[in-house]
Amino acid sequence: MTAVAARYAELRALDVEVLSVSTDSRFVHKIWQADELERMVPGGVPFPMLSDQNGRIGEIYGVYDEAAGVDLRGRFLIDPDGVIQAMEVLTPAVGRNVDELIRQVQAFQHVRATGEVTPSGWRPGQTALHPSPDLAGAVWKVWRPQQGQ
Amino acid sequence: MPESDDGCVSTARGPIGGEAKAAPARQVEREATAVTARVGAAAPDFEASALVAGGFKNIRLSDYLGHWVVLCFYPGDFTFV
Repeated sequence: MTAVAARYAELRALDVEVLSVSTDSRFVHKIWQADELERMVPGGVPFPMLSDQNGRIGEIYGVYDEAAGVDLRGRFLIDPDGVIQAMEVLTPAVGRNVDELIRQVQAFQHVRATGEVTPSGWRPGQTALHPSPDLAGAVWKVWRPQQGQ
Repeated sequence: MPESDDGCVSTARGPIGGEAKAAPARQVEREATAVTARVGAAAPDFEASALVAGGFKNIRLSDYLGHWVVLCFYPGDFTFV
C-alpha cells in the first residue's frame, strides 16, 4: 500500500488511478491512515481506500478468502475501456513489486498506442515487435532473451 | 466522479449487475458468487464506500472509465506487508 503510495506521482503521470480495497470498514481505513500510513508516506495514502466489508467485490474478482474472511493480495490493471489487461494474485505473506506494475502499465500503454507487441521484460525505448506473417520464425533476427533482463 | 455526501450511515451497493445478487437481510449460508473477472474481459463494476481525502464517499469503478485503473486488494489494514 505505502509502496504504491510512494510511487503514486509516477502512476498519475501515466494517467493511472489507484483504488485499494480491503474488507475493513472506511472507519478503520481512516484510523489506519491517521495512525500509521501518514507516518510512512507524507500526507498518507493519496488514493481512495475502498471497503469491501462482506467480501462480495473480492468474490467476483476471485480474491475473497472465505475461510479467513479477507481479500487476498490481488492487483488488477484495467484499461480506459474498462477491460482487465493484467492480474496478479498472491497469498498474504508476500508483497507485490511496484516496479513491475509500472513496467506493465508502460507496456500495455505502448501496445495500445502503437499496435506493437512487447517481448518479455520490455521497457520503454527497447525494441517492440510488429506482429506479421513475416515475423514468424524470424523473431531471433530482431530480439534476444538477454534484452529482456 | 460523483461527490456523494459523507453518508456515515449510507450503504454502498457492492457488485452492480451481472451475476451478483443483493444480499438478503439475513443469510445463513452464503450463495457462491461467480467469479467474473478475467483478463481480456470487462472488469465487473461495483460500488463501494471509501475513504477519500479524509472524508467518506461511495465510489463506482465505472466512474473511472477513460482512465487506467489499478485495483489493489489486500488482506487488511494494519497488516505488515
